[in-house]
Amino acid sequence: MSKRQLICIGCPLGCQMEAEQNEDGEIVSIKGNTCPRGDAYARKELTCPTRIVTSTVRVEGGMRHMVSVKTKEDVPKGKIFDCMGEIRKLAVAAPIAVGDVILPDIAGTGVALVATGNVDAR
Amino acid sequence: MRQYDIVIIGAGPAGLAAAVAAFDDGARRILILERDREPGGILNQCIHNGFGLHTFKEELTGPEYADRFIKQVRERGIECRLNTMVMDIGVDSGRDANATREPSARPMKYVTAMSRADGMYQVAARTVILAMGCRERPRGALNIPGYRPAGIYSAGTAQRLVNMQGYLPGRRVVILGSGDIGLIMARRMTLEGAKVLVVAELMPYSGGLKRNIVQCLDDYGISLKLSHTVVDISGKERVESVTLAQVDENRRPIAGTEETYECDTLLLSVGLLPENELSAGLGVELSPVTSGPIVNESLETNVGGVFACGNVLHVHDLVDFVSEEAALAGKNAAAYVKRMEAAEGDAKEAEIEIEIKPLSGVRYTVPSHVRLARMQPEQVVRFRVGDVYKNCFIRAYLNGRQIASKKRPVMAPGEMEQLKLKKEQLLECVEPGTSSYCLEIRVEEK
Ligand code: SF4
Repeated sequence: MSKRQLICIGCPLGCQMEAEQNEDGEIVSIKGNTCPRGDAYARKELTCPTRIVTSTVRVEGGMRHMVSVKTKEDVPKGKIFDCMGEIRKLAVAAPIAVGDVILPDIAGTGVALVATGNVDAR
Repeated sequence: MRQYDIVIIGAGPAGLAAAVAAFDDGARRILILERDREPGGILNQCIHNGFGLHTFKEELTGPEYADRFIKQVRERGIECRLNTMVMDIGVDSGRDANATREPSARPMKYVTAMSRADGMYQVAARTVILAMGCRERPRGALNIPGYRPAGIYSAGTAQRLVNMQGYLPGRRVVILGSGDIGLIMARRMTLEGAKVLVVAELMPYSGGLKRNIVQCLDDYGISLKLSHTVVDISGKERVESVTLAQVDENRRPIAGTEETYECDTLLLSVGLLPENELSAGLGVELSPVTSGPIVNESLETNVGGVFACGNVLHVHDLVDFVSEEAALAGKNAAAYVKRMEAAEGDAKEAEIEIEIKPLSGVRYTVPSHVRLARMQPEQVVRFRVGDVYKNCFIRAYLNGRQIASKKRPVMAPGEMEQLKLKKEQLLECVEPGTSSYCLEIRVEEK
């Protein structure tokens, strides 16, 4: 049996949780979460940790130079820098609105990159 | 002069939410004044996710969260003037919008604003909602020895440069202060290809949210050195290195613990301060603890008809609570206008006032006093504690009677706490003939 301390990042409450795993790595118990999201987070964090990546993309012909973006779903932690590599190469033309798909599948994750801000055309 | 029922200073999250709530409660002549060229305030540069779980039940980024409120403001056709700097807010006790009442009961406020398009002008307001937000504590207040080379930025300035301008201010970075913006910028600059060497925190605990330590530092192997500070900065033109040292319990550097980091950038994330120059000019009484206005249950300041919400009132770590608080200010401003129109007297008759006293570990509370007659069935009291507490209780006492108790596994100064008071319970404690009470809120171990 091994115990691991985790802090849920599901919301800013940041519940402190303790997960117990048996010799085969199976999760036996999770304690300390305030809501079910914490349980789900702990299971995922121990088996396949994921994160939402947020960044900015260059805009051409817009009222602003940059538009903020995010991966629509979370992506595997190990893919974060691959996503950033692709994001850095991108440039989009204004106008852009919240929710616009910038890239349908980023870094082979199957997850779309979407705009989170609005930039009007100049 | 244009007359408004409610003039809101600032179109950040607080101002927007206050406007929407006031409108939904029947107020119509609402004006929002914003100095930036777009609404949304600081949220526009907070491109990370984690906003809106309470308000919208989904996790949004800062700009998306702002966008939802901007849309709500537009749908309602609320007037919002951008690129407008408010210069002054004054109260004219001699004039009164409601001429049937004695002149000084609910005096008009006069807001002096300036914009490039319209020059300097004044508007009259029955109520004003202060929603100017906060700014970063300046470096000057920090007393760091050494030269003043280029390459030292506040974390918020760096955030603006990276996220709005697309400019990376440095490649090897040391961060002083573990406030949330500093933590967020540690990750952001790492993602943009910079190397963040270390985050140093003067206090023995972090000033930011736990989740930000996990996902901004731990995820990227960035170490957090608690009880450490910057003792030297070298480099004449540009930062070349920063020396950290451990501090003792009196926060004085311990000789022999110095470590030097070669870097080109130092980010400072050493706290935020409510921006209250306008409030002070208006005669609003400020709290020495929060630097924000002292308010009652309606979030109204000592100047009648002037309300405050969001970071100008006290610095929040969660925008969801800013929106909630601002909505309350908006509703109360709308109610004030209604009372004014009905020429209704203030509930002076047997007004029972309860002062909230922060004690043993509780640094301040918002609100700081409650008029029972105006209190909602449930009143949220927000506060911060002064130290890290484990497995403690937050309790409220009125007349020696415990009226609220809440167990908290962990409390830290970096995370705002709240306690709900029930009007019913307060009513049970009041006695005939006594009109002023003191309600104590304290941290207790058992
Ligand atoms: S367990 Fe629930 S309440 Fe606790 S941090 Fe996670 S999401 Fe938030």
